Amino acid sequence: MIQSGTSNQALSVSNLKKTYSNGRIALKGISFSVEEGDFYALLGRNGAGKSTTIGIACSLVTKSSGKVYIFGIDIDQDFSRAKSNIGLVPQEINFNQFETPWNIVINHAGYYGVPRAKALLQAEKYLTTLNLWDYRNNTARRLSGGMKRKLMIARALMHEPRLLILDEPTAGIDFETRLSMWEFLQDLNQKGVTIILTTHYLQEAEKLCRNVGIIELGELILDIDMKSLFKQLNQETYVLDLVQPIDSQILPHELNDSVRLVDPTTVEVDIARNSSINAVFETLSKHNIHAISIQTKSNRLETLFMELLRREAIEMQVNQSE
Amino acid sequence: MSRSIHSSVALYTLCRKEITRFMRIWTQTLIPPVITTCLYFLIFGNLIGPRIGPMQGHTYIDFIVPGLVLMSVITGSYTNVASSFFSAKFQRFIEEIMVSPVPSSVILIGYLTGGVCRGVLVGIVVLFVATLFATVDIVHPFTTALVVLMTSVVFALGGMLNGMFAKKFDDVSIIPNFVLTPLIYLGGVFYSVQLLPEFWRLVSLANPILYVINIARYGFLGSSDVGIGVSFTVILVAAAILFTLCLVLLERGYGIRD
Repeated sequence: MIQSGTSNQALSVSNLKKTYSNGRIALKGISFSVEEGDFYALLGRNGAGKSTTIGIACSLVTKSSGKVYIFGIDIDQDFSRAKSNIGLVPQEINFNQFETPWNIVINHAGYYGVPRAKALLQAEKYLTTLNLWDYRNNTARRLSGGMKRKLMIARALMHEPRLLILDEPTAGIDFETRLSMWEFLQDLNQKGVTIILTTHYLQEAEKLCRNVGIIELGELILDIDMKSLFKQLNQETYVLDLVQPIDSQILPHELNDSVRLVDPTTVEVDIARNSSINAVFETLSKHNIHAISIQTKSNRLETLFMELLRREAIEMQVNQSE
Repeated sequence: MSRSIHSSVALYTLCRKEITRFMRIWTQTLIPPVITTCLYFLIFGNLIGPRIGPMQGHTYIDFIVPGLVLMSVITGSYTNVASSFFSAKFQRFIEEIMVSPVPSSVILIGYLTGGVCRGVLVGIVVLFVATLFATVDIVHPFTTALVVLMTSVVFALGGMLNGMFAKKFDDVSIIPNFVLTPLIYLGGVFYSVQLLPEFWRLVSLANPILYVINIARYGFLGSSDVGIGVSFTVILVAAAILFTLCLVLLERGYGIRD
């Protein structure tokens, strides 16, 4: 268990508990830390406790007990100094929709004590980078959903935080915008900004993050690096596009149930983690089945995530029956 | 960056935002009190006033000028802070400030400044309108300025409390409609409490608005129903209590933090 935060840990949470006034227990004593420079995914189902954890770190939620350190600063001792290191992109739109993007980012910089001259430069920089410059004087409510999300990212960066927390930043936006955001966030991370991301798009977490924490029912059930996590995968499913249509009768019997014909030109193959994919190709070739392309079927993290939640549910049932 | 520089930049930002907000919607914030006051002057001053006769040695229309100016100051400063803070809470952009390192005292002073500026500005506009209907010779200009400023501070703080406690839009209008307006009307805007029977005169002394209106009347006309020292003390004590209460609630995140 983490006893205290160190300055090379961007966020350190120790035995954090939260019970809301309506009696709902949101956090049951979670502990984890995020190293400076990391790109960390905080995953979990709706209501698992992700946003509560973030809310506590950013002063939107009051904790019931436990410790939170931001770059080694105890939030109970000096929350102001701790908060000046954080940039938050919340889940829901929380800017004045009747203001202009320009005023929104300039005001935000002011709250962090950024002198106006510098704020003007920062605003130009981030609104341009995030393709919002042409809309700077429009009313914010007229922006599209994706633009509003980008505006919240621009706003969060105005004071150049060392830790950027993004709570489902790409929810409900089109794939192209999401890709451009990924690129932008990766670039930021490479420049040294620590990023904590919560998302329901597990592909997003897999693509961007190096470490992952999974929260379920207010408890941290996993805190691990992505590579180790994927080692837990027992098998992977590949989708093969065939050169020519085939009939299900000609599927090789020696591959048993691991090969399925989805449609006459598409085959799915389950391959155990330690097996060679070449052997499967050889067998298919022998039966005159040739593929022109191959891709993984589903998001690997999704598979793991569901498996972990299933295991957790079984464990809980066992504990209850005991 | 030192904390004082940081706080001063944050305070400047908050004040600027709040003043810009009510100036941008000037047709909703500055014009209505002017129209209302014009109607008061027209009906109570010009039409009914001459039939009432002089009051405390002044024509009736001159007598009601201080009260009407203060009434617009009270309403302007109160509603500005109550609605601005509640909107920020309702639309959740109060979170912008909460996640930032702005101290609670700076947040409070920022909203307060917006309310005071609107209250004072509305007071000045109404005073200008008053010159079109009545003879406005301010006997004690400093006292008048001071009471306008202090009144707007007290009622801006009241508006802040209302904004913090409000859970829906109706809650923002309940206090002004059902508490503030009756207190203003019964606080001697249109009459001298000396005209009331003994019992009701004593009851009126429990109304804090009576004191601010009487200091204003002293500032404008040089006469008052209650002592000036007592009145200033009441306003100062009210301001100190409300400021402390607002600050404590803000620090605890009452109504804004889960």
